[in-house]
Amino acid sequence: MRHLIALCCCLFGLLSLPAFSAESPISKELLTELVDTKLSKLQPVVAKIEATSGEDALPLFNTLLAGKLYYVRATKDVVGQYTLDGDKRYQDVFTSQDVNGLDKPSFGSKEVKKIRVNNKLRVYLRKAIAGIQLTSKSPAVREDAVHALLAKLDKNTVEIIEELYPKEANKKVKEAMGLALALNVANDKAATVSSRLKAIETLSGSLENSVRNHLTKLTNDDNASVVKAANGALEKIAQRANRFAFIDQLFFGLSLGSVLLLASIGLAITFGVMGVINMAHGEMIMLGAYTTYVVQLLMPNHIDYSIWVAIPAAFMVSGLMGVLIERLVISRLHGRPLETLLATFGISLILQQLVRTIFSPLNRQVSTPSWMSGSWEINPVLSLTLNRLYILAFALLVFIILVAILRKTSLGLNVRAVSQNRNMAKAMGVKTHRVDAMTFGLGSGIAGVAGVALSQLTNVGPNLGQAYIIDSFMVVVFGGVGNLLGTLVAAFSLGIATKFLEPTTGAVLAAIIVLVFIILFIQKRPKGLFPQKGRAAE
Amino acid sequence: MKLKTLASAIALSGATLIALPSMAADTIKVGVLHSLSGTMAISETTLKDTVLMMVEDQNKKGGLLGKKLEAVVVDPASNWPLFAEKGRELLEQEKVDVIFGSWTSVSRKSVLPVLEELNGLMFYPVQYEGEESSKNVFYTGAAPNQQAIPAVDYLINELGVERFVLAGTDYVYPRTTNKILEAYLKAKGVAASDIMINYTPFGHSDWQSIVSDVKKFGSEGKKTAVVSTINGDANVPFYKELGNQGISAEDIPVVAFSVGEEELSGLDTGPLVGHLAAWNYFQSVESDANEEFITKWKAFTKDANRVTNDPMEATYIGFKMWANAVTEAGTTDVDAVEQAMIGQETPNLTGGVAVMNKNHHLSKPVLIGEIQDDGQFEVVWSTDGVVAGDAWSDFLPGSKDLISDWTAPVKCGNYNTKTKACSGQNY
Amino acid sequence: MTRLKEWFSSGRSTGKHTMPFVVILLAITFLASAANLYLPEDSALYVSTYTITLLGKYLCYAMLALAVDIIWGYCGILSLGHGAFFALGGYAMGMYLMRQIGDRGVYGHPTLPDFMVFLDWQELPWFWLGMDQFWFAMIMAVLVPGLLAFVFGWLAFRSRVTGVYLSIMTQALTYALLLAFFRNEMGFGGNNGLTDFKEIVGFDLQADSTRVSLFMITAFLLAIVFVISQRILSSRFGKVVLAIRDAESRSRFIGYRTDRYKVWLFVYSAVIAGIAGALYVPQVGIINPGEFSPINSIEMVIWVAVGGRGTLIGAVIGAILVNYAKTRFTAILPDAWLFALGAMFVFVTLYLPKGLMGIYAQLMAKRKTAKPQKSEESQA
Repeated sequence: MRHLIALCCCLFGLLSLPAFSAESPISKELLTELVDTKLSKLQPVVAKIEATSGEDALPLFNTLLAGKLYYVRATKDVVGQYTLDGDKRYQDVFTSQDVNGLDKPSFGSKEVKKIRVNNKLRVYLRKAIAGIQLTSKSPAVREDAVHALLAKLDKNTVEIIEELYPKEANKKVKEAMGLALALNVANDKAATVSSRLKAIETLSGSLENSVRNHLTKLTNDDNASVVKAANGALEKIAQRANRFAFIDQLFFGLSLGSVLLLASIGLAITFGVMGVINMAHGEMIMLGAYTTYVVQLLMPNHIDYSIWVAIPAAFMVSGLMGVLIERLVISRLHGRPLETLLATFGISLILQQLVRTIFSPLNRQVSTPSWMSGSWEINPVLSLTLNRLYILAFALLVFIILVAILRKTSLGLNVRAVSQNRNMAKAMGVKTHRVDAMTFGLGSGIAGVAGVALSQLTNVGPNLGQAYIIDSFMVVVFGGVGNLLGTLVAAFSLGIATKFLEPTTGAVLAAIIVLVFIILFIQKRPKGLFPQKGRAAE
Repeated sequence: MKLKTLASAIALSGATLIALPSMAADTIKVGVLHSLSGTMAISETTLKDTVLMMVEDQNKKGGLLGKKLEAVVVDPASNWPLFAEKGRELLEQEKVDVIFGSWTSVSRKSVLPVLEELNGLMFYPVQYEGEESSKNVFYTGAAPNQQAIPAVDYLINELGVERFVLAGTDYVYPRTTNKILEAYLKAKGVAASDIMINYTPFGHSDWQSIVSDVKKFGSEGKKTAVVSTINGDANVPFYKELGNQGISAEDIPVVAFSVGEEELSGLDTGPLVGHLAAWNYFQSVESDANEEFITKWKAFTKDANRVTNDPMEATYIGFKMWANAVTEAGTTDVDAVEQAMIGQETPNLTGGVAVMNKNHHLSKPVLIGEIQDDGQFEVVWSTDGVVAGDAWSDFLPGSKDLISDWTAPVKCGNYNTKTKACSGQNY
Repeated sequence: MTRLKEWFSSGRSTGKHTMPFVVILLAITFLASAANLYLPEDSALYVSTYTITLLGKYLCYAMLALAVDIIWGYCGILSLGHGAFFALGGYAMGMYLMRQIGDRGVYGHPTLPDFMVFLDWQELPWFWLGMDQFWFAMIMAVLVPGLLAFVFGWLAFRSRVTGVYLSIMTQALTYALLLAFFRNEMGFGGNNGLTDFKEIVGFDLQADSTRVSLFMITAFLLAIVFVISQRILSSRFGKVVLAIRDAESRSRFIGYRTDRYKVWLFVYSAVIAGIAGALYVPQVGIINPGEFSPINSIEMVIWVAVGGRGTLIGAVIGAILVNYAKTRFTAILPDAWLFALGAMFVFVTLYLPKGLMGIYAQLMAKRKTAKPQKSEESQA
């Protein structure tokens, strides 16, 4: 009932909105109570506001939930914090008008105090908001609201949903509401058996967790036919869920594979094409990640676009460092691969310590752009995290571009010529020194780009590179040195194998098994999956 | 010929340089045995600075027993055998009167035989798995009953949690803590099927499958929480994955024992708001002592954004107690100070009083905090009084009969109350 | 023939430094030991127990460097996994020392080590059986690294995995072992490893006399290993090994089964590393999986590179010098140490491919041309 009243209030409120009223729709006494009450006793106050103000409380609740609700110490006025050009400013929660006026300075941090919330209160707020949002204008919001309410249906909510159900125009929302009502009927011991069975039938088409939990409870029902139907429905759901679980695992494997691919593809060029063991490869990745951090520092208000700046920047930083290393050290050690290994290991130590000196040994905070956060929910049991999805696509893109460079450009032609027969290439007028530097720069630059992607997944710290160096070598060697396609296949097959082993063996044992497998595999086929063919291979 | 002279020159200069003559004892020497390089430098450098700050502070007050304090800093470089070597250097070469040091359990275990052999005195400031009590060590961090068990009680009583995921890095602290928690939960009537245990290696970065398993485990109708003993570097990718897979603190709260203010400073805490941590101290606790400490710390490090954390408070308490005990005993002699330490009371930073018990562990309050978006914790719960640290857990079959009591007549770190025997002590 | 003999006994040769080396090594050892045991503590010449354990550690590292040098300097096989053999030898010794604790552990269990009681294990795993016998543990300290090297080498060298591939595989090997030993289920104490040792064959490990004895035994064994290695490398076997290093295919075509030579040299080297590990553990008092970390293995290679690979004495000098520098530098400037170490890697590989012994050889060569008479004397 009270929600109907709320609805009317809301309509009324909508009508009166154009008038800029300084009056808050919630009484000052209640708001003062909100400010004065201790955190542990806050829930009843929120309930009181919910009961009296209904939909009007929505902006207040949302601000509170987001942890942005403050009050002015002097006046006990409730304000919402927002950020404008990096400044913390405060606005009226209900009208979104800046309380100080935009041209004037905002409150200092000592003048306002945050109204803190805890977990319990957040749970309560979410449910309250969902209740209010059942009547929202956006169908998507309504649908989410119904889903949010599924877990804990009470009599009150069911009544509202029953009331709204016939009027609902949107198919998806209606379906969700139907599900909620079916849940209610199935659980209702007073309802007839046939209607309960029918409700269970409806439920068996859903993958919602709460549906499954309710059905699990129903398997202990007094009525034998209900139990049977519930078991049948659960089995049906489990079958579908298993199929999705397999897809899920495959995605995990592909995702891990894409990380391995990104980490090793630069190495595939320096090691595979040039035959140089670059132990500082991991540090090139690390430099890329730190570049991302610096770019974000430079553009704090445009985190969402920072990645697009960071990718070319990281390519340049790591690439130039690569060229420098090649010119100063590696070119002098030509034809002595083991010495190169030691020298580049020394370089990796120096770079790590350099980063530690400049940026401190602590991990640095790299934010995720909002468009990369969250997940793509296909259905309740299958959701793919967006950051990993993007990184998977990005890894493939980098791979394609790299292959294109090697196949279609004159640099690529030169690189292939030098890698196949250095002396012959030299004789044909290829400037091998230049090509070496460019190739090394390219490989290092790609590693830097990989660092940008990895900064979204893991710690940005001095040890970042170390974590990937052994894995990258494994991938390149397993795939076959000098073969980019081999690297691709190796990265994805190792990623998928690890992820399918993990549930049965645990993460550590899975890693050990994969390592031992590669060691044995290389003994059997020393040239990897796709051995390089041709005279120059030896 | 040449070689012979070269080699002997090297050997001689080596021997003389290593065996630097020790200074005369006109100062009281405080050894600092914290890694300044390597993987643990991240955490331990802070504690080295804390000790230096305390030493400076004490000297401003005129030192101890009329002598100035002198800090001797060595770097064990996160290399465990090196802890024993550097510990020996501190005690034998530098003749320090006390050592503040170690972070990981293995580093403490490494230096322990040296301390016992040379009768040194060490303060260990980090939460640990318990199951140890040495005459030569004072444990000022939390034992499992001062961190893990109250946290689980909070989850059960306040949040109504019925299912538990015990996730940890595979080493001795998580292993033991989880063993204790498992026994404790079972004693509380939690079924074995409602407990999921998972171990990952150090620095684990690919959390997809595990977080997805947790999500599944938590979606079966009962309120679920994760009790995390995940260590150091592995936390960032873990929390990132939680956020991305849409697990919020309201659905499945994570209570961590190794994540403090310093760890959070490398993280975007926005998606983590509401996840929990259990410690004996939070920077956000409002008390005069704490405010003074934070101000001093920021001034000492010349960095207005530096945070404080629990092991720093433990170092603070340990240092204060040691200073008091030395004053009381009138000497820095290890045996005298050791006895004077027992029963020492010092105000802690959260507004209460820390007491050193007979088992060389402290009595401390236990606080539960929720992560805020500014990288701080908001205390949402605390124990009514202080909890006495228990060296030997009552929930492990091997140690439930053991107690530690360093006063006469028992004088033993692992006294078996059943057999009335003290096992395996060298002294 | 004589020219060939001359060629072998000059330049890269191993023979002529053996006697002076052994004499100097043993002399220093005896003097330091005596100074520790018989001089009063306030004497200016007193050598502290700290110094003794430090020297003992350096000598273990020297032996390890010797092992790396034997296969890298003399056979061209760059192993980035010698830390694994070292650690395995160390674990064998550690297990013996652990069993010696007996019921003096904190829980007072008669057979189980503390960490097993701690994790609620009921009985000793099979691979711990027999480890309470010193002779058995010592056989294991040699056998396990040797066996692992044999299996790995047999597989790798027969399928002609060479060069950088082999280096990366050895690195993967030690990395896999690192991960495995970190696991608590393995029964080796997980991350904490094995520690809190009490005594070795009945002698208290904390007594000065035991420490000095261990130090002397280490020096003695280092001398023996040095002499044996020198003999092996200057024998016919050693010459084939050198030939393999310089031209493997050619040696194969002549008819030598190069893979067999490599396997046995690899096994010998692994056994030495194992012995070094077994000597290391009672002196530092702890063994844990950190010893398996790939970084450690790379560091060993740099000791050899600094000292001069292809000369046994170079490996020993390199190991002692680098570690001494490490002890000093990490105490004075912990931050600068990694810069210095990194720069050393680059500098040595770029400008000192033959290490310090290379400089020494150059100096000697100059002296030889300047004063031909005297040099002849010293060679005789």
